[in-house]
Amino acid sequence: MQKTAEKENLEKASVALPPTHTVTLKVNNTEKQLQLAPWVSLLDALREYLGLTGTKKGCDHGQCGACTVLVNGRRINSCLTLAIMEEGNDITTIEGLAKGDALHPMQEAFIQHDAYQCGYCTPGQICSAVGLLSEGKAKNEHDIKELMSGNICRCGAYTNIVAAVQDVMQQKGDPANE
Amino acid sequence: MNSFTYFRAHEVAAALTEKATAPQAKFIAGGTNLTDLMKVNVEQPHHLIDIRRLPLNKIEETEENGLRLGALVTNADTAYHPLVESRYPLLAKAILAGASAQLRNMATNGGNPLQRTRCYYFYDTATACNKREPGSGCSALNGYNRIHAILGTSEHCIAVHPSDMAVALTALDAKVNVTGPQGERVIPFPEFHRLPGDTPNIDTNLSPDEIITAIDLPTKGFAENNAYLKLRDRTSYAFALVSVAAALELEGNIIKEARIALGGVAHKPWRKPEAEAQLVGKEANPENFAQVAETLLAGAQGFGHNNFKIELAKRAIVRALLQAAKMEEIS
Repeated sequence: MQKTAEKENLEKASVALPPTHTVTLKVNNTEKQLQLAPWVSLLDALREYLGLTGTKKGCDHGQCGACTVLVNGRRINSCLTLAIMEEGNDITTIEGLAKGDALHPMQEAFIQHDAYQCGYCTPGQICSAVGLLSEGKAKNEHDIKELMSGNICRCGAYTNIVAAVQDVMQQKGDPANE
Repeated sequence: MNSFTYFRAHEVAAALTEKATAPQAKFIAGGTNLTDLMKVNVEQPHHLIDIRRLPLNKIEETEENGLRLGALVTNADTAYHPLVESRYPLLAKAILAGASAQLRNMATNGGNPLQRTRCYYFYDTATACNKREPGSGCSALNGYNRIHAILGTSEHCIAVHPSDMAVALTALDAKVNVTGPQGERVIPFPEFHRLPGDTPNIDTNLSPDEIITAIDLPTKGFAENNAYLKLRDRTSYAFALVSVAAALELEGNIIKEARIALGGVAHKPWRKPEAEAQLVGKEANPENFAQVAETLLAGAQGFGHNNFKIELAKRAIVRALLQAAKMEEIS
């Protein structure tokens, strides 16, 4: 008797989930089709559905920058956008920066300058720095600090991160090195 | 996050029709604040209408020699637009004082003024909050209220509006173009946000079924003499404790026109026309600026932890006006 009542209650309580959507994303130059519920963030789509765990879930509230990726070349917080809203967009994660075995200059510079300690924020820092470079708004060390402020480093590797970014700017002949 | 359904609109009319069929639905564009609020269950929409791909993504000159900022242009693209940089540098400075580069790449011009307060109690669903749950009470009144309002408060809410962009738009007398089931209308920016009164759950005079299509900047941009001074606990990527958008029109050192709007002190960007009128015809000097600061802060009231904001705001006003008059270096 009791079992039946429980079952009835359960049936009453269960609400059908909304249908999933087919979402097409171009991730690191490869087209990916995913079947996603609307509430899946871009971050979760990358980590949980595509196995790209280089992008980190730090705060999941847009406050730490660990989830930074490039969407159509621009850096954003992947935790604050829904994957479904990025339909058709070109996503670059930390896994997509190297060309084969050749690291991206920003990755090389982070190694050269020891621009990390634990490394957890590093993928976000590097993607953010690549975005900063293509924006072309940083003209000096102060600008780099200001425009990288969306990436928190709990280990405090900031000095070396700024040095790494300046180094790559210098390589590119950017005026932002002094 | 609660379960919800999703619809992507490509035309304004389609977005409005969708909203009419699902009145409880929420519009989403940049999503930087709404997504976050959904994660903490402050917002629980059952349906989202994605308006990010509506054709409202241009910055164009208006016939009145002003500038029309499309609602879906990102904050970054707006702040770095050559015409904004050259004619409305106050707006560019205010936008760049807010958030981070990543967030400015996502957040839109229509969405920025619609972001909700960062009052801790509003975010914490375990506490009472009249803005989140009308009638439940205000936990900030007798709680930890260091970041809260000192002007225009009510017994129901002492939250502040967090936007920097909105402070500059208020000072510049921008206009908000909206469209809804009743057609189009224009809301002057200083009248866009509301004081809390006994309905702190309603932040703005935009109706829930309306969409912001553009923000218009008038001809006058005060490009020569302006400053946006933002004071906060760290020098980047933090909300304002107090901010000041100051704009002057000078003839020699005599003030012809002044605009002053404050952020971080009230439920809306704080502006007082009588304070601005007080400066007209006066010399730009620290004494006159200090007098106008007194007028702007008249009636200010602290709630314990935020008492410091009253003096901080007065000093910030003087400093921002000195910076606008180029009598003090921008720091």
